[in-house]
Order: sequence, then C-alpha cells, then structure tokens
Amino acid sequence: MAKEKPQLIINGKRADGRSMEDLRPIKITAHVLNDAQGSALVEWGNNKILAGVYGPRECIPRHDASPYRAVVRCRYTMAPFCSLEEHGRSGPNRRSHELSKVIREAFENVIISEAYPRTQIDIYMEVLQSDGGTRCAAITAAAVALADAGIPMKDLVCAVAVGKIDGQVAVDFSKDEDNYGESDMPIAIAPRNGDVLLFQMDGNLTREELSNALEMAYRACAKVSALQAAALKAVYDGPKPQASLVLGNKQ
Amino acid sequence: MEIIKELKKDALKRILLQGKRQDGRHMYDYRPISIQKNAIPNAEGSALCHLGNTQVIAGVKFDVATPFADRPTEGVLSTGCELVPLASDSFEPGPPSPESIELARVVDRGIRSSGCLDLKSFFLEEGKVLALYVDLYVVDYDGNFFDAAALAAMAALTCTRMPKVEEGKIIRTESTGLLPLNGKAVTCTFAKVDDHKLLDPSLDEERGMDGRLTIATCGENVCAMQKGGWGAFTKKDILECVDISSEKSKVLCSLF
Repeated sequence: MAKEKPQLIINGKRADGRSMEDLRPIKITAHVLNDAQGSALVEWGNNKILAGVYGPRECIPRHDASPYRAVVRCRYTMAPFCSLEEHGRSGPNRRSHELSKVIREAFENVIISEAYPRTQIDIYMEVLQSDGGTRCAAITAAAVALADAGIPMKDLVCAVAVGKIDGQVAVDFSKDEDNYGESDMPIAIAPRNGDVLLFQMDGNLTREELSNALEMAYRACAKVSALQAAALKAVYDGPKPQASLVLGNKQ
Repeated sequence: MEIIKELKKDALKRILLQGKRQDGRHMYDYRPISIQKNAIPNAEGSALCHLGNTQVIAGVKFDVATPFADRPTEGVLSTGCELVPLASDSFEPGPPSPESIELARVVDRGIRSSGCLDLKSFFLEEGKVLALYVDLYVVDYDGNFFDAAALAAMAALTCTRMPKVEEGKIIRTESTGLLPLNGKAVTCTFAKVDDHKLLDPSLDEERGMDGRLTIATCGENVCAMQKGGWGAFTKKDILECVDISSEKSKVLCSLF
C-alpha cells in the first residue's frame, strides 16, 4: 500500500483492458471434493476460492440446536499463502469473522432450513488465492457447493462488487482497483426475485452513482448466475464425474 | 458412530486375513498419485497433491525475519498445517488440533533433516534472514495425509522462486531463480493392523489400524521417523518398513 496510486483508467479502459461493465474471466467447477457433501471451486480473475458444505447433520453443541430450523454456520478464511504480499496468519481474524457473519445471513435467507429442525449446515469457504473481490467469489462458490450438497434453497445466491475508480462507476474490482479506488460495494442477490442479501459499502458515492452502480451490479450478477447454473449442469447432466481439484498446470 | 467404527474394523481384519485389502491393492501399493505444481501462483512455490481421494495443497512464502538466537546466521524454516474443516466431517474449526501439529512437525523434520535446504544461504545481514514458510492445507481427507502433505511440500519447494532482496526488503515481483535444493525428502506411511503392515492406508484402514509408522527418506538415508497410535511395532517391522520405504521413495521422487 506504500506504493503510489497507479492510474486505474487509461483511455477509457481499465488497467487490465476491461471496460467498466466487464467482469474478469470466471471459471466455476462444481463437485471438486470427495468427503464434503457439496463443493465448488471458483476461479475469478486470480482469485481461487474453494467452498465445501456439510449437512444437515447433528447440531453440536446441542444447546445451539433449534426445534424450528437448521442452524446455518459459515466460515470464511484465507490461506496463509493466498496473497502476493507477506505470509499471512492462519485461521480467522476480525475481518474474516465479520465476513463469515454477513455471508451466513445472506444464505439464511435462501436455505429452506425449516425442513431440517435440530440440525446444522456448515458452509466453509477457503480463499486459496486472493486478488480482490474474494467475498463475492466465496459467496458464488458457496452457493454452488450448497446446490451440489442437495440442500434445498429458494434461489442460487450470486455476488459481485461494484464501486468507483478514478471517478467512474465500474464492476468487479481487481486488487489494485480495490486498494486505490474511491468506493467499493460488494453485493449479493437472489437472482429470481432480485432481493439484496448481502450489502456492504465503503468510500464515497453520490445518490446517482449509487443508483447506476446498483443497476450495473444486477446486470453483472445475471452473468455470474448463468455461470453457476452451467457449472452445476456440467456435473449433473450425465454420470457424476470423479471429484478432483485441478489447479495450475497438471503434471 | 462408535459402532460403525467397530464394524469397519472387523471388515478390514476379515479381508486382511485373506491377504487382501478393501480396494484390491497389494500391501505395499500406493493409491494413484498426481501432483500439480504452481497451483497457487501468488505463492512463491506451491503444489497440489492427490493421493487417491486425499487432496493436499502446499504453499511456500518468504518473509524477512530475525534469526533464532542460537543460529544467528541461518534462515528460518517454519512448517504449518491446517486440517481445514471442509476436508472431512471429523475436522473441526478452531485452534490447531494435536493431529495437525503432529503432521506439520513430521513433514518439517523430514525436510529439515534431509538437508535438502541450505538454511545458511538465507542469511541477509546481521539480525536479518529469510524465513521460509511451508503451509500445508489438507482440503479433502481420505487417509494418509502424511505422505500426501510431504509430497505436496517437496513438490512446492522444487518450483519455489527465490524472491529478489534489496536493502533487507523482499521484492516479490522479481525472482532470482529457483530455490536451490540438495535432493528430495519423501515419506512412506504404514498402518499396522494385527500382524499386517499396509503402505498408504486409506481412511477406513486408518480407522481400523492399531499403529502407524511414517518414514522419511532422502536418497539412501532415512532422515525422520514417527510412530503414532497405541499399537506396537517390532524391530523386524521397523527394518522391513525402512527397506520398503527406500524402494518406494525412488518412485515417489520420480513423480515431480
């Protein structure tokens, strides 16, 4: 961060050549782990997020169980080797605790938890490589993992970040745009009815910029949503493939 | 759950009496292994190892650190391990479990004692050395995370880029070449069930085993060993396992 702020928009294009509305390349693979009931890998730009879901299973400790619905638990963590910067500390910190909480609340809206009283559903998200926008990529991965686990949901949640860089509203920030932009607004929606399920924002936006950013987020989410559905179809149209992660160059 | 464990143990022992393993392997066969190097390009080195259905990611990072007081001219090697809860319904979130600490320490000893890393070459200036962090992420667990983690760690080290260091600061965008290594350390893990010794135990075999023996080798030398579980090994058992490890390690080293 000690670096000087780079120019984020050059000749109307962003530093990586995208227009304001372009997402980075996104690859979603469902069912990549054997033990987890549901799993997904999302490679979003240089982000690599692995999500795994267990449950509904016995709720431990028992006094946390609800007689009315399944308890949903979320854990978002970053691997110590995930960033281009120094070695990170393993385990959750204040940031990841907050993200885990707001992500859990987003999923509590869509999971039909009333069907599984006295149980718990665990959603684990591991950031293997980070490059800006990890929470949105993690939510997108977790939604696919939940579907892969066969957990009934009202909708497949998807997420994207919008915000302002060099005075312009844009979608899906890279690491540099995240660090040096004027405003960042991650948003998760239920695409079928357009409900906003996760909503955070920092920085400065006018009322008009906010309205434009929201419109842009909905258009981007539609693209992410289509990719999620395609990833699930790839696994469930035909015989279920062997669960196996592919990262980097296969030897 | 306890009863399922007992039933699985009975099934395992019954099949072993016929001289077979549940998945049809011979006693000293590995499950299929595949290794993907540079799995996490943000890290200075990384690899993903599949050992049957067990999947482990290793990431290597460098930082500038203060050397240990008793080794002021040597770099620091630090091996960490996370049994991430998405890998198995038996892994729970929270502080590191004794199992994850044991795994990290066994892999660390294998690498350290093999001498494959020259920690003296990590000296920068008085009071400043490079610290090399190897982090092991078990993401899918179907038994024998020892060998999978050791393979992932060693494979990650073989493709680790040395970052450029200027005025005691790391410049991560520039590299001065690959990390130099003197050989490769790999481990072979055996499960003991009654009088049988099984190489590369699957999760079901681990659940039914009495004891476990991990042997790290580098070239012709044994460089670290660890016994686990309450079951006992005889002198003869240990020497047999060492012989098999020397043979198998050549195959393991040829995989990456």
